[in-house]
Amino acid sequence: MSIVHIDNVTKTYRQGKVDVHALSGISLDISKGGFTVLAGPSGSGKTTLLNLMGGLDNPTSGSITLDGEVITGLSQSRLADMRLEKIGFVFQAYNLIPVLSAQENVEYVMLMQGVPAKERSERARAVLDDVGLEGKYSRRPAELSGGQQQRVAVARAIVSHPSIVLADEPTANLDSKTGQGLLEIMCEMNEKRNATFIFSTHDQMVMDYAKRLVHLKDGRIVDDETR
Amino acid sequence: MEILMAWRNVWRNPRRSVLTILAIAFACLLLIFMLSFQFGMYEVMINAAVKVQTGHLQVIAKDYDKDMKMRWVVEDPQAVGDLMLAVPHITAHTFRANGFALLSSRDRTYGGMVTGVLPAREREISSTASTIRQGAYLEPGDTNQAVVGSLLAKNLHISVGDELVLLGNARDGSIAATVLNVKGVFSSGMDEYDRSAIQIPLPYFQEVFAMRGAVHQVVAVCDSLTAVGPAQSTVTGNLPKVKSKRNLECKSWDELLPGLIQSIQMDLGGGIIFYLILIVVVAFSIMNTFLMAVFERTHEFGTLMAIGAKPARLTKMLLYESAFLTSCGIILGIAAGCALTIYVESTGITLGEAQGMLRQYGIPNVMRPELSWLTAVTGPFVVFFITMLTALYPAFKVRKLKPVEAMHAI
Repeated sequence: MSIVHIDNVTKTYRQGKVDVHALSGISLDISKGGFTVLAGPSGSGKTTLLNLMGGLDNPTSGSITLDGEVITGLSQSRLADMRLEKIGFVFQAYNLIPVLSAQENVEYVMLMQGVPAKERSERARAVLDDVGLEGKYSRRPAELSGGQQQRVAVARAIVSHPSIVLADEPTANLDSKTGQGLLEIMCEMNEKRNATFIFSTHDQMVMDYAKRLVHLKDGRIVDDETR
Repeated sequence: MEILMAWRNVWRNPRRSVLTILAIAFACLLLIFMLSFQFGMYEVMINAAVKVQTGHLQVIAKDYDKDMKMRWVVEDPQAVGDLMLAVPHITAHTFRANGFALLSSRDRTYGGMVTGVLPAREREISSTASTIRQGAYLEPGDTNQAVVGSLLAKNLHISVGDELVLLGNARDGSIAATVLNVKGVFSSGMDEYDRSAIQIPLPYFQEVFAMRGAVHQVVAVCDSLTAVGPAQSTVTGNLPKVKSKRNLECKSWDELLPGLIQSIQMDLGGGIIFYLILIVVVAFSIMNTFLMAVFERTHEFGTLMAIGAKPARLTKMLLYESAFLTSCGIILGIAAGCALTIYVESTGITLGEAQGMLRQYGIPNVMRPELSWLTAVTGPFVVFFITMLTALYPAFKVRKLKPVEAMHAI
């Protein structure tokens, strides 16, 4: 069953007086519960594709369907609702809210969803336990290592059971050991919670964990390998 | 959690927040003190003018305040006096009669306003007795004695013990003429008054000016300025009971001294313009702080939008932050402003020689601010309102952000 359906998507940026074709006619189906990696060198279009799937940007042409809903052309408000309900994000630079503790960062998404305080607290702590941050609930991001911050980001991304988790080079700022630990956690979450993970990376270690590896180059899919 | 988040965001850059809070607090402090000082000054001006000239309330014949005709009199002053005794907040009353006259000394003649007063009662109402600079004030039983304004005395080249010839029109149209002995010279501090005023005992005035027991004014004072309105209403309500050929009316000090009210309004207007300029300057500095806070957190706003926050939620959070920052400044400003005002209220500020407008109204050398709810709250409320208004600009600027562009911001 396809959770993401991308149909002939193109994305063109205007850079000064030059048009840059970031994506050229991409079509792709991603199955529910998958662990998909979009790989490729810098400038290949993987982050652009991830942003389009996450409704953070609009394609120049083509359409994207997420969990049965066409998201192309939705209003900013509707896209925000869709991101809140269906998508979890993990960013390269963690992007945690510095004034909130680990638990509060995880709770914030549920707060926006209107989850009651008690349930928020219980679920946030449970998911922080799952990513190996027991007892570090009240630590602020500045008091956590890079790896721990990225685990909080993973916990934030999966806590509300989104349809997909989009991770943009999540191990790029981590050493290999920490990165591997994080990938194992995400693999575990993928299996335990049946969460669909889609990565963009050029890290070989991440590619090694992929169940499906999609190679991009110059805005086109050049290889699509299922393992 | 969002309120907590806003509070913590305020303290992300403590130095900047403290400086902003201090700017707001300073503006509030200045507004409270300056407004209190102005209101304190106005009260002194009003009290000085009321004590020397009008009293808080006057019962007069209709329109006597506009055109002081000798024949427009209160024919039965005792009945009005009895009425006033029953009115709450009126602490004392007296009777006065006035007549324009030519006043001649040995070598000079000047026009002046002769007022007949009851010396004992006048002491309860007016400050003239305490402004005697030479000689003494009138006493009950005096007849053709007079106390003269200092500038009039100077112009007439007279002093205590000299004789003064009075020539005027009596109530019945006859000539009012007498010779007065100067008993004292007063200086109220109000130049215009001191240049023309002369007081003589009321019974003697009534005899010279053929008043037939009538007076021109029944003057009353109240226990406070705020009590004047209710007392005026009560007196006005009871005046129809007093028999009089010409209708009587009860006027308050502000109706009798429109010039003073205009001076106060002009001074207050100038003050308000200055305060608004001060507030606008502070508001721009605060807007700069808020804009900096938005620009340096653009990346964070992008993240929040990416995880599902709508622009309205971010706007709300920024407005919470502005409200916290402003409230801290205002609370501090009110506390400091009130403390400073109360301190200066107790010590007073010596102005030295009173000059210009102040001198006209006989304001004492030591001025004290007058702290009230109005002066303590008005300025800070305006600061809060304008500061929140300036905070709207950066708060609504956030609404234009797009997640991807915002996350690429440094």
